[in-house]
Amino acid sequence: MSEQVPPGLPEPSASGGSATATKREEKTEASRRSFGSIVRESILEGNSVTVIFLAILTAIVIGGLLNAFTNTKVLHAWGNLFSAPGAAIAQAWDTAIGAYVALFEGSIFNPHTVAALFQQASFSTAVHDGFLAAVFNPLSETCVQATPLLLAGLAVALPYQAGMFNIGAQSQFIGGAILGTYLGYGVSLPPVIHVIVCALGGFVGGAVLGWVVGELKARTGAHEVITTIMLNYIMAYLLSFLLGNVMQRPGRSDLISPVIAGDAHLWHLFGSTLRINAGFLIALACAFGLWWLLYRTTTGFEFRAIGKNPSAARVAGMNVERSWVLVMLIAGGLAGLAGSGVIQGTESSLNFQTYGTFGFDAITVALLGLGRPLGVVLASLLFGAFHAGAPLMQSQTNTSVEIVQVLEALIVMFVAAPPLIRAIYRLRAARAAGVAGLTGKGLA
Amino acid sequence: MELELKGITKRFGSLVANDRIDLSVSPGQVHALLGENGAGKTTLMNVLYGLLQPDEGEILLDGRSVQFHSPKDAIAAGIGMVHQHFMLVPVFTVAENVTLGKEEIHPSGLLDRRKARRDVRELSKRYGLEVDPDALVEDLPVGIQQRVEIIKALVRDASVLILDEPTAVLTPAETNDLFRIIRQLKDGGTSVVFISHKLKEVQAIADTITVLRRGAVVGDKPPSATEDELAAMMVGRNVQLVVSKDAARPGDVVLDVEDLTVADETGRVWVNGMSFQVRAGEILGLAGVQGNGQTELCEALLGLRPIASGHIRLNGRDLTRGTPRQRLNAGVAYVPEDRQEDGLVGAFSVADNMILDSYDRPPFSSGINLHLGAIASNAAMRVQEFDVRTQSADTPVGTLSGGNQQKVILARELGREHKVLVASQPTRGLDVGSIEFVHRRIVQQRDHGVAVLIVSSELDEIYALADRIAVMYEGRITGFRPPSVPVEELGLLMAGSEVPGAAEAEAPAAEQSGAGESS
Repeated sequence: MSEQVPPGLPEPSASGGSATATKREEKTEASRRSFGSIVRESILEGNSVTVIFLAILTAIVIGGLLNAFTNTKVLHAWGNLFSAPGAAIAQAWDTAIGAYVALFEGSIFNPHTVAALFQQASFSTAVHDGFLAAVFNPLSETCVQATPLLLAGLAVALPYQAGMFNIGAQSQFIGGAILGTYLGYGVSLPPVIHVIVCALGGFVGGAVLGWVVGELKARTGAHEVITTIMLNYIMAYLLSFLLGNVMQRPGRSDLISPVIAGDAHLWHLFGSTLRINAGFLIALACAFGLWWLLYRTTTGFEFRAIGKNPSAARVAGMNVERSWVLVMLIAGGLAGLAGSGVIQGTESSLNFQTYGTFGFDAITVALLGLGRPLGVVLASLLFGAFHAGAPLMQSQTNTSVEIVQVLEALIVMFVAAPPLIRAIYRLRAARAAGVAGLTGKGLA
Repeated sequence: MELELKGITKRFGSLVANDRIDLSVSPGQVHALLGENGAGKTTLMNVLYGLLQPDEGEILLDGRSVQFHSPKDAIAAGIGMVHQHFMLVPVFTVAENVTLGKEEIHPSGLLDRRKARRDVRELSKRYGLEVDPDALVEDLPVGIQQRVEIIKALVRDASVLILDEPTAVLTPAETNDLFRIIRQLKDGGTSVVFISHKLKEVQAIADTITVLRRGAVVGDKPPSATEDELAAMMVGRNVQLVVSKDAARPGDVVLDVEDLTVADETGRVWVNGMSFQVRAGEILGLAGVQGNGQTELCEALLGLRPIASGHIRLNGRDLTRGTPRQRLNAGVAYVPEDRQEDGLVGAFSVADNMILDSYDRPPFSSGINLHLGAIASNAAMRVQEFDVRTQSADTPVGTLSGGNQQKVILARELGREHKVLVASQPTRGLDVGSIEFVHRRIVQQRDHGVAVLIVSSELDEIYALADRIAVMYEGRITGFRPPSVPVEELGLLMAGSEVPGAAEAEAPAAEQSGAGESS
């Protein structure tokens, strides 16, 4: 990725000394802000890359322990602790490691597939029979899972940069999925055009919902957290109504839409056996585009200034209300694109399983990514890997898939509480910064 | 109680905030700590109050060495502190705030609210504090909130009371009340440590003045020391408290405000049919006690607040309905009253703050593309030109001192093409060196033919800068005066009485003299 943090932006630093300065500044700032923004700031800006890394590590360790001590074999071995202490510990270790190995094999690389590839008589038959594809299948799945998380994560990250909290990626996702699906089966168009029209339809479907939220905030002051949560309900029920009526697949009694036309599908990147498709590239392009918008354009300068200090932005002549609307419109569009991308990329039709909880996972992805485009890319790949590896982990080691959600929750929890991580690992920054905060005026 | 600090040293990394500081406070004495922002006054008091641990040195109480690990220890030893930013719970009553952390328990096991109220009343009476124990803190003006903080300390039997920049948030009248209270405390045997960077106040209230500079004691002075002497000690060189300037040469009317009325959302009228004009090359000083509509007037001038009636014209062009952007583009340079809230984006770099209201114009952008190179070179140039003390142009502006923040704002506003400069409280909270810098720049603007409107509640500043003085009271101008007007007359105008002064310089055009420097 050519993405990097631009020089103009204060980078949360990893080293002890200058972390103090960052923290000090944040404290004096915090004292003049609302409770909501303090919470948001402390989650998103009290973190250095070190803390994030340690949060992930800690979550993995705790997840392993949890996994080990809920396994029946381990519990049984633990019952014989005094007769065979080694066995209990070994069993616990094996269970925890086994689950993570399976998770890794399901999401990144599985050595067995390579072994299988080399056992084939010739390379060309191996490729033809799909053995090569099997090697890359885990990575492909990770990208497929990461695509909607990335787009929806950007839909949360952008409003954050502009000082807003978008809880409504879920509703915007559904909005995009509805319009994208309808355009997929309801109209017939030439091949390439159909793909583009569907994707644009997804963007528009989400953008309309985002626009409503922005417009309500700009005109009436309605808080976006409230309106987005309400819209999540509205869209979920609207979807259920549509799937039971106008969008129901003919001949079905359950809630499912017709299948979209073949030429509305996003192109596969590496042959039809791997599910990875152009949606992943579109998502990466959106992340890059958002970075460019935020850090290289006057519009992004306005967004960020409004996010950090709306009153100073107003005094500087910026149109705060118009920016709110524009931010929510773009954010909604990105989430909507995630919605139509799932349909066009892998699912082909819309039902209650297709949209899952991408809109809510997006919030955790944006938090973990510190609200920045590159961070969101990395966070969505991590969570995408978790989602991709979970089924293999369950089938191979009999570990329940929910452990993945526990991992995600733990990571976000630790990221949300940097002092906890600092205390566990005795990072020096915590103490100095704490004192600076206490003195009110900082050290100056 | 005799308090003594011996060789206190406190370091933050490579920065020495306090360098072997000796200080002794006798009982019943008001001891002032005078120094610029960043001189180490607050750090020293945080050490004394147990918020910070000194790296070297010791604290002696009545000759006994003590160690404070937390404010709790300090309070137990009889030290009370009133912070610059109050530590009160807004939704609690005065009595509840006072008792918080030291709750009196009734034999029944419940809170003894009656005793708390009685304590407050008793102390109020003894020191003339006049606070209603049942009032909610959020309903009280700042001056009274400060009294609550003082009562909080006294209830805990403080015999040394530290006041950190106590007058920064007070109106002149409230400051006088505070001084009365301090004198009463002193008579009752309490020692007061008074931290400030305001020379006049320190001279008025202190028995002994200790001057700090760059973390070290420069020396002790009696309050009879002259202002120049103290200022020189503070900044380490001679400072001109009076701005030297030539007589104004007013040109054409640039800013023309006619019959302006501004109300807030609740319909309260803040600016009531105000009319004034500012000419090119003159400084109009708008004096008045804070809260008489100055803030609203400035916001209306920039277009941040709707105008109920009247007109604002700039060089004859009507801007009454213009957006802030249109007014900035028309040539208004604006230095807001609250620089951190309205003037700067604290988390943004110095460079970004330098273009906060010109980012959308060449050379900083074309179309929607930002030109990072132009932004950086602009910042480098302005940092040098305005002597902004910052590690680099990429440093977040929120970490700079107040004076340097104000320089960033000035650099930005004066760097744009402008015809009128509206500066509200341009030197509030700044140290002497920065005040001098800001004043010189403002006079320079006037000499270049800019029309300047200074809104200030500091009369010293008005006298130092203004070529013409207007006094604002309850949304109206109670009179225009030349800068030679005696303080007493301004005081009357500020209190609302329209003195039919013989010296009324009603026709601003006729006024050419103007530049006398009385103080």
